[in-house]
Amino acid sequence: MRVGIGLPNAVPGTDGALLVEWAGRAEAGPFTSLGVVDRLRYNSHEPLTTLAAAAAVTERIGLVTMVVIGPLRNAGLLAKETATIQAVSGGRLVLGLGVGARADDYEAAGVPTAGRGELLSSMIRALRDRWDEPDGLNVDPPPILAGGGSDAAVARVAMHADGYVHGGGPPRSFARVVERVRAAWRDAGRPGEPKLWGQGYIALGDDARERGLAYMRDYYAFTGPFAEKIAAGLLSTPQDVAAFLRGYGDLGCEEMVLLPAVADIDQIGRLEDVLGSLP
Amino acid sequence: MRVGILGAGPSGLYLGVLLKRADPSHQVTIVERNPADATYGWGVVFSDRTLGSFRDADHRSFVRITDQLVLWDAIDVRLQGEVVRCGGQIFSGISRKRLLQILQERCREVGVELVFEEEVEDPWSRFDGADLLVAADGANSVTRGLHEGIFRPRISQGRSRYVWFGTTLPLDAFTFIFRRNEHGLFQVHAYPFDGSTSTFIVETDEGTWRRAGLDAATEEGSITYCQDLFAEDLGGHRLLSNRSLWLSFPTIRCRTWRHGSVVLLGDAAHTAHFSIGSGTKLAMEDAIALADALTRRDDLDGALADYEAERRPVVERFQQAARESQVYFEETERSTRLEPVQFAFHLLSRSGRMGYEDLRLRDPSFVARVDGWFSAAGGKRTTAVAPPPALVPLQLRGIRLPNRVVVAAPAVDTAEDGVPGEDHRRALETAVATGAGLALTDAVAVSPEGRITPGCPGLYADEQAAAWAAVVTEARADRDVRVGIRLTHAGRRASCRPRDRGVDRPLQEGAWPVVSASALPHGPGMPVPLELEAEGMGAVSAAFTAAARRAAAAGFDFLLLHMAQGSLLASFLSPLSNRREDGYGGSVEARLRFPLQVLDAVRSVWPEDRPLAASISAVDVAPGGAGLDQGVEVAAALRGAGCDLVEVRAGQIVLGAMPSYDPSELVSYSDRIRNDAGVPTLAFGPIGTLDRISTIVAGGRADLCHLLAT
Repeated sequence: MRVGIGLPNAVPGTDGALLVEWAGRAEAGPFTSLGVVDRLRYNSHEPLTTLAAAAAVTERIGLVTMVVIGPLRNAGLLAKETATIQAVSGGRLVLGLGVGARADDYEAAGVPTAGRGELLSSMIRALRDRWDEPDGLNVDPPPILAGGGSDAAVARVAMHADGYVHGGGPPRSFARVVERVRAAWRDAGRPGEPKLWGQGYIALGDDARERGLAYMRDYYAFTGPFAEKIAAGLLSTPQDVAAFLRGYGDLGCEEMVLLPAVADIDQIGRLEDVLGSLP
Repeated sequence: MRVGILGAGPSGLYLGVLLKRADPSHQVTIVERNPADATYGWGVVFSDRTLGSFRDADHRSFVRITDQLVLWDAIDVRLQGEVVRCGGQIFSGISRKRLLQILQERCREVGVELVFEEEVEDPWSRFDGADLLVAADGANSVTRGLHEGIFRPRISQGRSRYVWFGTTLPLDAFTFIFRRNEHGLFQVHAYPFDGSTSTFIVETDEGTWRRAGLDAATEEGSITYCQDLFAEDLGGHRLLSNRSLWLSFPTIRCRTWRHGSVVLLGDAAHTAHFSIGSGTKLAMEDAIALADALTRRDDLDGALADYEAERRPVVERFQQAARESQVYFEETERSTRLEPVQFAFHLLSRSGRMGYEDLRLRDPSFVARVDGWFSAAGGKRTTAVAPPPALVPLQLRGIRLPNRVVVAAPAVDTAEDGVPGEDHRRALETAVATGAGLALTDAVAVSPEGRITPGCPGLYADEQAAAWAAVVTEARADRDVRVGIRLTHAGRRASCRPRDRGVDRPLQEGAWPVVSASALPHGPGMPVPLELEAEGMGAVSAAFTAAARRAAAAGFDFLLLHMAQGSLLASFLSPLSNRREDGYGGSVEARLRFPLQVLDAVRSVWPEDRPLAASISAVDVAPGGAGLDQGVEVAAALRGAGCDLVEVRAGQIVLGAMPSYDPSELVSYSDRIRNDAGVPTLAFGPIGTLDRISTIVAGGRADLCHLLAT
């Protein structure tokens, strides 16, 4: 399983300089991708713009959205933006798309939440159609990953996307969706296998753990009593990381993106050390 | 904090104990309309897990409860007198009366004020000045009724009638009894709850209930009727009544469980069918969650919000399981056609939570009985040495499949002019290498226009037939495997771009006109098909028979006609894609006419000793589309026309319409079709292990299963 690392684009306090420095440091490490997350009503940086900046200061590392909330955006503009990142990065984009979980993001974008699932499905088809046009894209189209565990989300992956990106949680939660995704994929008559990506949160080291937990409780506060359960999934020791990677790897996850829950640049080095210590 | 609790059932009492324990300065008053020693109902069942949460919440009541538990470890299924026992289960039960006594006692110990025999009509004036009002007053909650516009309870009544009795019959197992008489089928859920008494719930469908005259019977009359009916099972013991009235089960769901400082607890907020025995458990767990939230949070609003957010998903999961169980027992009539051993296995594995291997761990002798019965099915004697059901051969006409596993080759879009190439050879080889008894090709087109994409293989030219013959010969060489072909005409889903970037994306260059039952596109942005005319129907039928002849010559053992998922034949079957007015549209019989003509034509050229199957979408999974009743009707018609097996798929009749891929969903369609239409089935779904396949075939839900090997 390949391992990527997140940019702290939704960790409050992260400034532009840190994002750029972070991208450069990750590029020099063993990571296969840089991930970003998407929230409108939060102290965060916009994911696609962030990836465009990261593309400019890197050459090899993959650039992945974990995920962009598709319905908040306009399909025509999104096709153009992603085509541009794909061009600037030399084809390193992986476009993770989802419907998100927060009503306030939709309010901020002036988009109704009703019908957002269907909107996302038609958006994926529209992106592909646009990219297939002669003036649509000058490089290979980016793979599209779709997220979500509902029946409609699973169907969306099988019919329209290139794979599935899991929203986080222990390996068994990934397993439960993946078995449905694989069945739907075969049922839809898709060749090959769906791409499977996962994500987790890290705050490595005793000094980072408490701040990481506080961040997760805040970021997931909208889930009420579940914020505590989500925060409990924070990976803060080498053993946490080892067990997590092993669990996902055994289930066929191709790439795991570990998102930082603290905006400390030394998390990159700490994660490198952990990866280096794994058998 | 001052807390008023309405209702001294298990949840109200338990909440009182927990709140007072968490903070002795809370003033907690519980008001109950009945006397302290009155109780309706007999026994309550708890799982290990629930008991664990009791241990953590209040150790003293936990100890007193566990002292009173009766334990048992078997489930007996009695069908028309034959008893099948499965052991290794763990159950514990307690009398509801004892449970209430323990909780009342604990309330007094910690200083909860208990008031009995008081009817509260206006909770607000009764608990004037309370900070929190808890409605623990049951399924008919008065408090909930006062704010009906806020809580918006939705109540769905079960179709069955049931009545709670007690009995002096000592039981050592959770016992399901099924008895049929001249009025219909009756079933019993019975279990012990103290050393000398058992709960005995009798359930039947409404028609039977009326025919038996039970709608007009007195309590004494009902007891006499049931005692006579179950005389053999009761062995001379009596049924006991305790306000035992016939009811239909109300499943209650509320839009919200809280309003200002009022909160609903237990049955007042939600109910779940008694057959999963979770009502008291859920109610007491509610009490734990509410007490925790009130202790954890300073603000009442936040605490009540947390309580609901935490409990609602759990409750909904149980309501879903209860709903499935309720429907199972409402529809037992269907599965009583199974023989007792298979019926018992079907019942035990009904929820999907217990499969073949789970049951084997619990009771190897029960599973050995199932294995022996399954291996010898159709014969009188069971086999002592028997493989697990997934590995038992199946005879279809002259073809013997060595096991129940089917693996299909994955789709490959690289054929040139429909000729299968190296990729197709390898795809089938992969399927064969799994050890499946039947390896199936992916969809093979009967005509160039019937291809899904330009790279789909076909069987409409001699060159293609020769290539398939080579592929089949190689696949079967030195292996005990049968090879089948799926023939299709993609209809309005034809002429698409390669499927590596999604399905149903019409070709831009080199597109060809598509045909369908009616001139309706599969989805937005897709081409409007030409309605198939008589001449076109003749040509399609001829293409299928020509392909079938070639398939026979190429050496395929098994032929599957694809009538599912938006293919041309599927478009005739669904009311969403068939709006014809010419005798091929309208009623189900009319919509079946063309697919049956094709089946008939193919049957006449396909070798007599080889099986012919058809794939159908059992449900359309789209608004206005066909449901499972039509699926059963279609399957029965196909069987009548000589179809040996039905592959049960679902949806894809219109763009994006796919079913749930929850583990049991598609299998449940197969179950229904197999047992209602009386036709062998091939099930599809997230089936990844032989354990799952054994569970499915041993329970009579399908005869063959697709294995999704990874």
